[in-house]
Amino acid sequence: MIGLPHFLVLAGVLFSIAVAGVFLNRKNVILLLMCIELMLLAVNFNFIAFSHWLNDINGQVFVFFILTVAAAESAIGLAILVVLFRERKSINVDNLDTMRG
Amino acid sequence: MMQNVYLAIALAPLVAAVVAGLGGRLIGRAGAHTVTILGVALSFVLSAWVLKGQLLDGQPAYNGAVYTWLVTDGIPMQVGFLIDRLTALMMVVVTFVSLMVHVYTIGYMHDDDGYTRFFAYISLFTFAMLMLVMSNNFLQLFFGWEAVGLVSYLLIGFWYTRPTAIFANLKAFLVNRVGDFGFLLGIAGIVHFTGSLDYARAFHFAPQIAQQSFTLFEGQAWNAMSVICICLFVGAMGKSAQVPLHVWLPDSMEGPTPISALIHAATMVTAGIFMVARMSPLFELSPTALSVVLVIGATTALFMGLLGIVNNDIKRVVAYSTLSQLGYMTVALGVSAYSAGIFHLMTHAFFKALLFLGAGSVIIAMHHEQDMRRMGGLKKHLPITYWTTLLGALALIGFPGFSGFFSKDALIEAVGESHTPGHVYALVCVTAGVFITALYTFRMIFMTFHGEERMDAHTREHLHESPWVVTVPLVLLAIPSVVVGWLTVGPVLFHGYFGGAIVVSPAHDVLGELGREYTTPLAFLLGAFRGLPIYLAAAGVLCAWFLYLKRPELPARARELFAPLYRVLDNKYWFDWVNENVIASGSRALGRLFWRVGDEFVIDGALVNGSARTVGWLAAVARHLQSGYLYHYAFAMIIGLSALLAWLLWPWLFGRA
Repeated sequence: MIGLPHFLVLAGVLFSIAVAGVFLNRKNVILLLMCIELMLLAVNFNFIAFSHWLNDINGQVFVFFILTVAAAESAIGLAILVVLFRERKSINVDNLDTMRG
Repeated sequence: MMQNVYLAIALAPLVAAVVAGLGGRLIGRAGAHTVTILGVALSFVLSAWVLKGQLLDGQPAYNGAVYTWLVTDGIPMQVGFLIDRLTALMMVVVTFVSLMVHVYTIGYMHDDDGYTRFFAYISLFTFAMLMLVMSNNFLQLFFGWEAVGLVSYLLIGFWYTRPTAIFANLKAFLVNRVGDFGFLLGIAGIVHFTGSLDYARAFHFAPQIAQQSFTLFEGQAWNAMSVICICLFVGAMGKSAQVPLHVWLPDSMEGPTPISALIHAATMVTAGIFMVARMSPLFELSPTALSVVLVIGATTALFMGLLGIVNNDIKRVVAYSTLSQLGYMTVALGVSAYSAGIFHLMTHAFFKALLFLGAGSVIIAMHHEQDMRRMGGLKKHLPITYWTTLLGALALIGFPGFSGFFSKDALIEAVGESHTPGHVYALVCVTAGVFITALYTFRMIFMTFHGEERMDAHTREHLHESPWVVTVPLVLLAIPSVVVGWLTVGPVLFHGYFGGAIVVSPAHDVLGELGREYTTPLAFLLGAFRGLPIYLAAAGVLCAWFLYLKRPELPARARELFAPLYRVLDNKYWFDWVNENVIASGSRALGRLFWRVGDEFVIDGALVNGSARTVGWLAAVARHLQSGYLYHYAFAMIIGLSALLAWLLWPWLFGRA
């Protein structure tokens, strides 16, 4: 019987993979964006699982909000990335350190 | 009072040895031989007096400690004396032969640079041997045992610039170590079971020890007494040169002839025989050990005698004869005829010392040539040497009436009476040995003193009888060689001379059986004509006469005819070959294996260097953790956090599932 713990663990695993991706990938901004998406999805999983478990629809409503925000954020991020690539001819994170103090 | 006498007997040669050894330069050559001869002569006179006291005045046996060296774990380690008739007899034999050899050495070592050193050594040897025979405990016995081994080592290598002498003394020392290891185990067994090193205590507890068993390997219980006795006998095998630990004795002939006579014929090699006789209360309780003793002795008696036939070195022939005669004594011990063994030891000491000194006299005359093929016809040049040596040879082969006859004949008859397992084999060996003994002894006499003169012209011109210091000991030794058997056969063998010193259980009292028929030496002598040995001896002499005087070309033909047999004898049954190539090389190969694999590979490679390498490798890996990048540390923290959370939440997540 698949219960709440399984969903939570799945979410945890997804989140961990995303975190690992953020730290291990030091080149590609697109990959960073994908990892952030993955984290959001992991959080969404938790929301859905708990909302189902608690019989509370608010959780699922939140998921829609998050998905919407995430889509907007991805669109903005990719747009910035395209501009950046035009500017620098590179999306390598190492080269994007102009703001370092 | 008596204690002081005993101390004087033992210490006089020691003092003389120290004076001659350390002060040799001060007192000079004459001083050295005077002081050592005086020391040994004093010992001899006092020993003879002690023997007289024991024998005629009926003094009781003395058993007491003189000095307590130390006490450890309740076991006292003492210097003490046990003087009974067995000891007294040995003391007289040792000091008498030693005295003769001391006098003889003046002549033999006359031109040697190590003159004073030699006298110091032989006196030291006399001290060690006296300590051995007079001891009343195992520690002192072991001390004497090792000390005679040490002096033997020093004397075999006396001419230390000769590589062969160094090889021989090392060989003697190492082979004796093998035997001593067994001996030490035997002593350890005694201490284990009795908690004491004392003879009296060991003998008192002997029946209890015989009841106990001893488990070395799981499921194999051995009789404790058998284990102890066999271990002790291994020691005797080393010292008394029994197969297979005999290999050192022929090589020990590298030493000067006087020590061959003193150490390797008359005294040290008899230590093993004496020890077994002394331990008779123990050996009597172990039929297994007696059988081992019997079979080893019989093998030595026959097969070592055979080697005497093919050797051409005069001293080596006598050496193989010694081995064979030691085998006879061991056989006597094996059939519980301890008195016969000691009796043969005594007569043998006289005539074998005589034979060695006679051989030495020949060697002096031949300018240190020892090969019998280059001798011959010496009879007219060396009359005194010839006649005395002949008497010794007759005693050795058991010519009726001579000392060797009584001891050997009694011994063979004792074997015939015995029922110890192995007695048939032993009887065959000792009886055949009589023929062999006569053959090689008279081969030596004929090749040396008779026949054509085969030496070169230069040597022949200088042939002359040895000086009086050489011939007087020969004569003095010839007298007991002839008469001692006649005088002592009755009391020593049959009339309970040894009293309580030697214990024989009634079940194997073979001498008691013989003693019932014994009346007088003459009757014993005539009785021997009914037996086989005396005719075998005569046949041996005839055979030697025919082969080496009448038809001297025959031996060479026989050698070709029996080539395989000759090869076996010429190579001494390959004992040396096996020792060198199997035992010595084998243990060296084993050692090399342990060195390469155990030491270099496992200990050096894996443990010492391996641990260092492992630490280095771990450090190299760990260094990568300290990268200096912030995100690495952050990542490590995240991993740690996830792991911690997983661990904490585990029961909540899965505990109920």
